[in-house]
Amino acid sequence: MAVSGLIMVGYLILHMYGNLRAFEGPDAFDEYAHHLRTFGEPMLPHEGLLWFVRVVLLAAVLVHAYAAITLWRRNKKAAGYVGGKRYQTKQNRTGIQRSYASFTMRWGGVTIALFIVFHILNLTTNDIHPGGASDSPYLKLHHSFEHFWVLAAYTVAMLAVGFHLWHGFWSAFTTLGQNYSAKRRDSFWNSAAILVSVVITAGFLAPPFAIYFFGLGG
Amino acid sequence: MNITVRVWRQKNADDKGRMVTYGVENVSEHMSFLEMLDVLNEQLTLSGDDPIAFDHDCREGICGMCGVVINGIAHGPEVTTTCQLHMRSFEDGAVIDVEPWRAGAFPVVKDLVVDRSAFDRIIQAGGYISAPTGSAPDAHAVPVPKDDADHAFDAATCIGCGACVAACPNGSAMLFTSAKITHLGLLPQGQPERESRVIGMVEQHDHEGFGGCTNIGECTSACPKGIPLDTIAQLNRDLLGALAHGKA
Ligand code: HEM
Ligand code: SF4
Ligand code: FES
Repeated sequence: MAVSGLIMVGYLILHMYGNLRAFEGPDAFDEYAHHLRTFGEPMLPHEGLLWFVRVVLLAAVLVHAYAAITLWRRNKKAAGYVGGKRYQTKQNRTGIQRSYASFTMRWGGVTIALFIVFHILNLTTNDIHPGGASDSPYLKLHHSFEHFWVLAAYTVAMLAVGFHLWHGFWSAFTTLGQNYSAKRRDSFWNSAAILVSVVITAGFLAPPFAIYFFGLGG
Repeated sequence: MNITVRVWRQKNADDKGRMVTYGVENVSEHMSFLEMLDVLNEQLTLSGDDPIAFDHDCREGICGMCGVVINGIAHGPEVTTTCQLHMRSFEDGAVIDVEPWRAGAFPVVKDLVVDRSAFDRIIQAGGYISAPTGSAPDAHAVPVPKDDADHAFDAATCIGCGACVAACPNGSAMLFTSAKITHLGLLPQGQPERESRVIGMVEQHDHEGFGGCTNIGECTSACPKGIPLDTIAQLNRDLLGALAHGKA
């Protein structure tokens, strides 16, 4: 869970950096996308690095989803539900200190998985192409984000990622033994998790919002 | 004060069980929660009903027997054990829901009593030292850093009540297990068996059907002894270390 999650976080940070190059205009962005494909040539084959990253990521997603489902099942059984509910009382149903983020790890994770499928069909294969298909990565982006529903879908997904990482990033480091503070709330890793979630959510959403509201570079 | 309690009644392990409502009058606010249940049980006995079964022993917050879930919170609204909780923590006229610990590994025996012997088996899997200790050594014969001594002592205050499991949405007993790991692992006497201990206890924990920890933190907040969450990270560090040395 922790290692596969952190691999994805690492990828997200690089991916976000790439997306932010959209602010440098069409040429810089398309050049960056092209460069990803020719990176390392002739030492690496064409798209070599890209496929390497894709394989690692796919493995991370599969391991993560498999571990999540196993854990989900095991924990549901361990919690000792009686007739669909654990405790019959209607009081304190949200526990003593649970965060919204911790409640949404499972369904938030499923939301993100569905989004990843949509995202690949939209901007990688371009099978879903609101506003017209294109070979230019920049134009794919531009055509998509002129539509409100696309902007809305990406916004929901990035907020889900933000919440997932708010709990997940902190949790991963505790799983790896790196929590030295008695109280969760003032732990270094909790602050780091908030920072990572905010940066990733804001960083990913900046280009789509700029395109929808300001047209960004025509 | 006059209160209403809704209590989980279940005749035996096979009975389905249900919440039953009782009124309790003239409760003193200085009574402990268990004394209130005693009063209710006298009422029930006088009227020919079966008294409510609940566990208790020391009634001074040190044995860990008395845990129940009160209004959805293990040991109720204060950071203490149920026997040390007083009725002044509730409003006059309150409706109070009382339920047993819920966990796959803690089956209900009767009413509010659950079988916590899974904890004993976790302890048997390594939660001890087997050095022959003899008489107490000289105080300064083996120096222990103050920080380690403090941490070990804090962890050693765990009374094995099971509130952490009852509060954990995953039904995990990581806080209990990690309290023992931290307590013994930070002291010189605990070193020889440090790695086999963490492997053995975690294996037994999983074998008993407790859930996997996702670092939610409800355990620490419910724990009557305030066992801190970083004990779980300590357990994970020890576990990763032991696995890296091929001790599995
Ligand atoms: C396939 C879709 C996904 C599903 C179904 C999913 C589900 C889950 C679940 C159930 C957990 C553990 C539950 C908990 O801690 O309460 C988790 C943890 C985590 N997730 Fe995801 N997730 C998904 C995608 C992602 C993505 C895309 C990332 C990274 C950007 C990510 C990063 C993390 C991290 C860092 C953790 C913490 C690991 C730990 O506690 O050791 N997840 N995820
Ligand atoms: S860690 Fe706290 S809540 Fe868990 S068994 Fe020990 S004393 Fe009880
Ligand atoms: S009866 Fe011993 S701790 Fe409550």
